[in-house]
Amino acid sequence: MRTLLTVAAFAAFVALAPAAAQAADDFTLTIKDHKFTPAELKVPANKRVAITVVNSDATPEEFESNALKVEKVIPGGSKATVRIGPLKPGRYEFVGEFHEDTAKGVIVAE
Amino acid sequence: MLGALIIVFREVLEAGLIIGIVMAATRGVVGRGRWITFGVLGGVAGAGVVALFASVISDAFEGVGQELFNAAILGVAVVMLMWHNAWMARHGREIAAEMRQIGTEVSEGAKPLTALAVVVGLAVLREGSEVVLFLYGIFAQGTSGASLLTGGVLGILAGAAFTGLTYAGLLAIPQRYIFSVTSWLIALLAAGMAAQSAQFLYNAGVINRMGDTVWDTSWALSEKSLFGQLMHTLIGYVSQPTALQLVAYIGTLLAMYLLMRVARYRPEARAVRV
Repeated sequence: MRTLLTVAAFAAFVALAPAAAQAADDFTLTIKDHKFTPAELKVPANKRVAITVVNSDATPEEFESNALKVEKVIPGGSKATVRIGPLKPGRYEFVGEFHEDTAKGVIVAE
Repeated sequence: MLGALIIVFREVLEAGLIIGIVMAATRGVVGRGRWITFGVLGGVAGAGVVALFASVISDAFEGVGQELFNAAILGVAVVMLMWHNAWMARHGREIAAEMRQIGTEVSEGAKPLTALAVVVGLAVLREGSEVVLFLYGIFAQGTSGASLLTGGVLGILAGAAFTGLTYAGLLAIPQRYIFSVTSWLIALLAAGMAAQSAQFLYNAGVINRMGDTVWDTSWALSEKSLFGQLMHTLIGYVSQPTALQLVAYIGTLLAMYLLMRVARYRPEARAVRV
């Protein structure tokens, strides 16, 4: 039984490893004063990309994009990983739903 | 204030539509008001707890806790909706007959109101937690808090009014069609939820295939528009669906159809026909 568990744990590790490797691509968006920096972020097309979204405001924000199919709440003073793609080359808009007037940005896949 | 109103209205709208459909689907069942109230109150309490532990949930499972949480909630709701429809397929005719005989009230206890109460609770919890987080943010900002809060409350009221409107609209359907109409609505609702759930699993990296966008109709109808959002909640409209979302959507409709066929199957009824 224990051997089985070890094998299962190892298999799970191997299966999850590629995802971890993908996350190594370093893309970061920072929310400050309800604005995204950079407002335009270039990412490679046709592959999955992990973006770290840092919310340095005290209030929560919801990273949202229909084009990117992401909807994720990021509590104040914390960060979260948003996985997107594979994207065809093009421009993909996103917003911070809780402060849509100012929190806008675009992902450029190329 | 208007911004707060719109955001809160949008969140409340989704839960409100679901409540409206559930209320129409349980029309004439004794005790349904109590069950739906339980669902709503449970959902509101749950929303508070989820909002309170938002950071914990986000950080869980190496940062994909929120995606897994949403996928699980939607998954459970899909199962509950399937259960309800299967049950209705089996007993709907008896209930309809009973309604015609003794007026509109149907005896309590036989119907799995728990399933629909859970669906209502989960819908309120999911959308409500975002409202709580948003309103908390307003409080924390301090300055124009009062007017934004007014907007929030008005948004909730507007969403509640929409629930009433949905319900009233469905009630206009003649009694003998209401079960088949609500069964269809529930099937489409479940399919849309399954597609959303699958997308959350994809975003979490649990599913890593079929992530390519199949078509784009955002030029014709965006989910950001009010009508687009209504369609998104009601029939699962997505302007840029992935292959995975389509498979989940169609798969759920098929599963629902088969389940209802199986539930409807009665050996004695068949013997009569043969």
